[in-house]
Amino acid sequence: MREFDYTRAETLSGAADQLGEDASVIAGGTNLLDLMKIQVMTPSRLVDITRIDGLSDICEDGEGLRIGALVTNSELAADPRVRDGWPLLSRAILAGASAQIRNKATTGGNLLQRTRCPYFYDTAMPCNKRNPGEGCSAKQGDGRMLAIFGTSEHCLAAHPSDMAVALAALKAEVEIRSAEGDARRIPIGELHKLPGDRPDIETVLAPDEIITAVYLPAPQADTKQVYKKVRDRASYAFALVSVGVAVAMDDDRIASVSCAIGGVAPKPWTDPELEKALVGQAPSDEVFGQAADKALTQARCQSDTEFKKPLLRRTLIAALREATGLAVSAPGVETARIPA
Amino acid sequence: MTKTFRMDEAQPRLLDETGQGIVGAPLDRPEGPKKVSGRAAYAADGLPENAAHGVLVRATIAQGRVTKIDESSVSDVSGLLGVFHGPKMTRNPAQGMAGEAPVQPGDEVHYHGQPIALVVAESFEAARDAAQRLAVSYDADTDVITDPSRSETHEQDDPETAGDFEAAFAASEVTLDRTYTTPPHAAAAMEPHAAVAEWEGDAVTLRGALQMLRFNKKELADSLGIDPDKVRILSPYIGGGFGSKLGIGPEAVAAALAARELGRPVRVVMTRQTVFDSVLRRTETSQRLRLGADKDGTLRALSHDDRVSNIRDEGFAEPVSQASQFLYGAEGLSFTQTLARICRTPAGSVRAPGEAVGMLALEQAMDELAEELGMCPVELRLKNLPDKNPMTDQPFSATRLADCLREGAEQFGWGERKPMGERREGDWYVGMGMASAARSNMLIKSAARVRLTGDGAVVETDMTDIGTGSYAILGQITAEMLGLPIAQVEVRLGDTSFPGASGSGGSFGASSAGSATFLAAKAIRETLAERMGCSLSELTLQNGIARGGNREVPLSQLVDGELVEEASVESGSTADSHFSAGFGAHFAEVAVHAYTGEVRVRRMLGVMAMGRILNEKTARSQALGGMIWGIGSALTEKLTHDPRTGHLATRDLANYHVPAHADVPGDLKVVFLEERDDMANPIQTKGIGELGISGAGAAILNAVRNACGARVYDMPATPDRVITAMDAAGF
Ligand SMILES: Cc1cc2nc3c(=O)[nH]c(=O)nc-3n(C[C@H](O)[C@H](O)[C@H](O)COP(=O)(O)OP(=O)(O)OC[C@H]3O[C@@H](n4cnc5c(N)ncnc54)[C@H](O)[C@@H]3O)c2cc1C
Ligand code: SF4
Repeated sequence: MREFDYTRAETLSGAADQLGEDASVIAGGTNLLDLMKIQVMTPSRLVDITRIDGLSDICEDGEGLRIGALVTNSELAADPRVRDGWPLLSRAILAGASAQIRNKATTGGNLLQRTRCPYFYDTAMPCNKRNPGEGCSAKQGDGRMLAIFGTSEHCLAAHPSDMAVALAALKAEVEIRSAEGDARRIPIGELHKLPGDRPDIETVLAPDEIITAVYLPAPQADTKQVYKKVRDRASYAFALVSVGVAVAMDDDRIASVSCAIGGVAPKPWTDPELEKALVGQAPSDEVFGQAADKALTQARCQSDTEFKKPLLRRTLIAALREATGLAVSAPGVETARIPA
Repeated sequence: MTKTFRMDEAQPRLLDETGQGIVGAPLDRPEGPKKVSGRAAYAADGLPENAAHGVLVRATIAQGRVTKIDESSVSDVSGLLGVFHGPKMTRNPAQGMAGEAPVQPGDEVHYHGQPIALVVAESFEAARDAAQRLAVSYDADTDVITDPSRSETHEQDDPETAGDFEAAFAASEVTLDRTYTTPPHAAAAMEPHAAVAEWEGDAVTLRGALQMLRFNKKELADSLGIDPDKVRILSPYIGGGFGSKLGIGPEAVAAALAARELGRPVRVVMTRQTVFDSVLRRTETSQRLRLGADKDGTLRALSHDDRVSNIRDEGFAEPVSQASQFLYGAEGLSFTQTLARICRTPAGSVRAPGEAVGMLALEQAMDELAEELGMCPVELRLKNLPDKNPMTDQPFSATRLADCLREGAEQFGWGERKPMGERREGDWYVGMGMASAARSNMLIKSAARVRLTGDGAVVETDMTDIGTGSYAILGQITAEMLGLPIAQVEVRLGDTSFPGASGSGGSFGASSAGSATFLAAKAIRETLAERMGCSLSELTLQNGIARGGNREVPLSQLVDGELVEEASVESGSTADSHFSAGFGAHFAEVAVHAYTGEVRVRRMLGVMAMGRILNEKTARSQALGGMIWGIGSALTEKLTHDPRTGHLATRDLANYHVPAHADVPGDLKVVFLEERDDMANPIQTKGIGELGISGAGAAILNAVRNACGARVYDMPATPDRVITAMDAAGF
C-alpha cells in the first residue's frame, strides 16, 4: 500500500473542499481498500465522509424515500419500508456480497464500486481503465465476467452492483453535491458512463462531487417485484446475469413493466424495447422470449461471453414468470430470503 | 531406544479390549477453544521482537530470464531493508515427502507468478509497496506453451493393463466411450502460507505453516545448503493445508535467506494472490473412459486414459485412474497417462490426488452405462464388485462397499428416485444420483514418544494438526491405552525436536502417527504389567488405576518419576499381501432450475466404512468436509488461466469459488459402518478425509442428469454449461 494522507471530514463542504484529482472519498472502504492494497488505486489523500451528519438516514420523501449515501447496505435491505414497498431493492442487496461486507458497504459506495474484470485487478496486465491507452487484456483473454452491452473496443468491463440494478428498475434518482455546494439530482441511468475511448471515466461525477442521497419514487401500486441473480455459486459471487423487474398486471395482461439487467453492461442496463414488447401482452414463455430477443439484438460477445445470451434470455423468462405469477416457487430451493 | 515395528501381520485389536472406553468417542478437539478465541498462535502470529517483513515479488512473464532487478526503483520506500534474490530462491513448494530442495531456477522464469525476489522492509505495507513497484527486466521467450492441449512435450507412460482390454471391449454387448474434463483446482486453505525465520549462530528456527515437518526440515536445509541438524521447524497450528503445505515453500526459504543476511528475524506472509500464483495447484485433466458390459450388467472392459500437466522438472503427476484400477473388476483393464509439460503454476497434491478428479469421471461413466443398460446404478455397482484388486490380485484387507451401497440406498430413499426429468417442483427439476467412493489407504513411517508420570501422560511427535483433529485422536489413543481420563493427557505436536512422524497428508496421518503413539503407549503398558507382576493380558488400566494379579494400584504409586517410551512404525509385508482402501457410497438430491440452469444440492448422504473410527466427531467433520469439496468440484471450483500467458485470472477467494454456505445443504449426513482393517496398521484404522471427496461430486452430477437430462462433460457444472446440456438433451 502506498502512503497517503487521511482526513476525516466533519461537513459536506469540508469534504468536498478536500477532494480533487488525487484524492478519494472513503465510505465503507470494502472496495477501495482492496484496490489500494493491490495498488490499483493509489490516492494520495483519503477523505473519510462517514462522520458527516445527515447522510446516514432513510427518511420519507412524499410517498417515496430519501436514502442517505452512508446508509449501509444491511440497514437499507432490512428497512421495513423498503421491504414493504420496494422489496426488489432488499432482495438485490441481499443477493450481493456477504453479511459482513454489507454491514460496512454504503449506498454511495455500492453505486461507485469498480468493475470486477480480473485484469483490472492485476497491475501486471495492460488495462485501459487503469491506464488509458495501455490496451485491454480482457479482449481475447479470460472473460466470463465481462459485459455484452454498451462496451467499446477499449473496454469490455461490466458494472458489478446488484443494488444499482434494482435502483434502475425502480427508477431511482441520485443526488450529487459539489464543492460549491450545488446539489443536483439525476436519474440513476445517467450516473454511469459507457466506456467509449475513456473507460477510466466511469461516472458523470466531477472530482469534487459527492453522492449524498438516492431517491426512490413512490412504489407503483400492486407491482410484483422480482430480483433474479444467476451466478457461479449459490451466494457470495457476482452476477453472471441478473434481472430486476417490477410488473403490474391488469387482469391477465401486463399493464406495466420496469426492468433492468445486471452483470452484462458497464451500467445497470435498461432497454425500452424490451419493456415495450411486454406491455399489453398476456404472459407466456413465448412472449417473454421474444421480448428478450429484442434486447439481445444489442449484444456483442466474445467467445467467453457468448453464453450470456442464452443465459440472459432464460433468466429474463424465469424472472418474468415469477413476476407475472406463471411460476409457482418451489419449497426449499429459494435462497434469497429476506430475513425477518 | 526407539522400537521400530513393521506391519508384517495382523495385530490383535487391543483398542477393543482396553478399559477406558474413550477411543471412538466424539470428543471436542482440545485446541478448539484456543482457536476460536484467537489464542492459538499460527505461523505468522509468533512475531519476534525486531522482526522485519518480507513480501515475495512475482515474475510477470510466462518463461524466460530475469535480466535485471533494479533496486533503485524502490529506494524511495521508507524503511526498505533489502531486495533478496539469487541462486537459492526456490521456484515453488516442494512436493510432498520430497525431502530435498525444490527447483532453484536461478535467473530463469518458468511460469507467470513465480517468486523471483523477496523485498524486506520495516513494515509489511512498505514491503508490499516495494514488491509491487520493483522494476524487473526480462528476456522473455516467445511462443510459450501454457495450454496443455497445445503442449508438444508429452510424456506418455506405457499402459498398465490386466487382461486384454481391446478384445474384451470389442466383445462387449454394450459399450460407452466418453471424455470428461476437469479444471485446475486450488487447495484454497484459509490460512495463507507464512513463515518466520530466526537464526542463532548457524542454526535457524522456522515457524511455518507446514504439514510434514520431518521432510520439511530436510527440504529447508537442502535449500539453504546447511545441515538438517541446524534446522528446527515449529508448526503447532495450521489453518488448513489440503496438500498445499506438504513441502517447504518459497516463503520459508526466502524468509530464512533474508533473516540470515539481515541478522534479524524475518516474517514472510504470502498475500492471497501469491498463494494462488505460486502454491502447487491441482492439474486440469482430460479423461477418456471406455466401458464395455454385457446386457446383464457384467463389466467386461474398463479403460481410463488421462492427460494431466505439470511444469518442467516436477516429478508429480496426478494419479487420476488410481481408484479405477481397483474399484470394479473386468476381464480387460487398461490405463494410460499422458503428462503435458506447460508453463503454469506447478501442479502437486491437492486433497485426494487422483480420486478427487478421477472418480468424477469414472462414476459418471458408470452412471451413463447404467442408463444405457436400463439398470439401477446401485445394482450395476453391486454386480461388479471384485473380491480382490483386479490389477494386482491382492485380496482387499477389508471392504464393506456392498454394505455401504445397500445401506445408503435404504437410508436415502433411493427407491423413490423417478425416471429422468419426471420430478418437478415449480420451475425446478429435482433428481437423485449416487456414486461409489474409494480411496487407497497407506501407512507411512512414523515415530512418537509417550511420557507417563503419576499425574498423567504427554505425547510428543512432530505430527501436525491441520485442523483435522490430530491433537484429539492422539490424546484419545494414549488415554485409552494408559487408562487415563482425557484431561490427563497432553499432546505436543508440530516441532521437529520431537520424534518424526508421517505428517498430515494422504489421509494417512491418523493411522501412521496414531499407530506410533499406540505402540509407545503399549510399551509403557508392558512396563506397568511387569511392575504389577501380572501378564499383559491380565492388566487393566482405567481412570488412573491399574488392576492385575489380584491387585489394584493407582498409577501415581506405580510410576514414580517418569516412564518414557518412544516407538516407531512402518509398513511391512501386509502392504504387499493385501490391498487396503476405504470405501463408501454417496447419494445426492439436487434441484436444477429449468430456465437458468442453477443447481442446488438439497441433501447428501455418505455411507462409509473406513476402519476403526478414533473420534466420531472429528471423523464426521472430515467426511463432511470432503463431501463439501465434492460439491465444489462438481459445481463451482475452477482456476482460470489466461489462454495467452498462463497468467492466473482467479487470484482471490472472490473469484475462486469454493462452496459458500448456501451451496451446502443443511441435510448433509454421514453414516459410518463398523469396520476394522487388521492388515492396515496396529490400530485397524484407515484414512478418512479424502474418502469423503472421492466420488461425492459424481453423485451430484448424476443427480443433475436424473433431474433435467443435463450431462455436463466439462466440470464444473456452472449454469451456462447446464443450460447447454439441457438443450442438448432436449429439456
Ligand atoms: C468479496 C466481495 C464480494 C462482493 N460481492 C458483491 C456482489 O455480489 N454484488 C454487489 O453488488 N457487490 C458486491 N461487492 C461489492 C460491495 O457491494 C462494494 O464493495 C460496496 O458496496 C462498496 O461500498 P463502500 O461503502 O464500502 O465503498 P468504498 O470502498 O468506500 O468506496 C467505493 C468507491 O466509491 C467512492 N465513494 C464511496 N462513497 C462515495 C460517495 N458518497 N460519493 C462519492 N464517491 C464515493 C470511493 O471513493 C470509491 O472509489 C462485493 C465486495 C467484495 C469485497
Ligand atoms: S475490460 Fe476494461 S477493465 Fe478489463 S482489462 Fe479491458 S480495459 Fe481493463
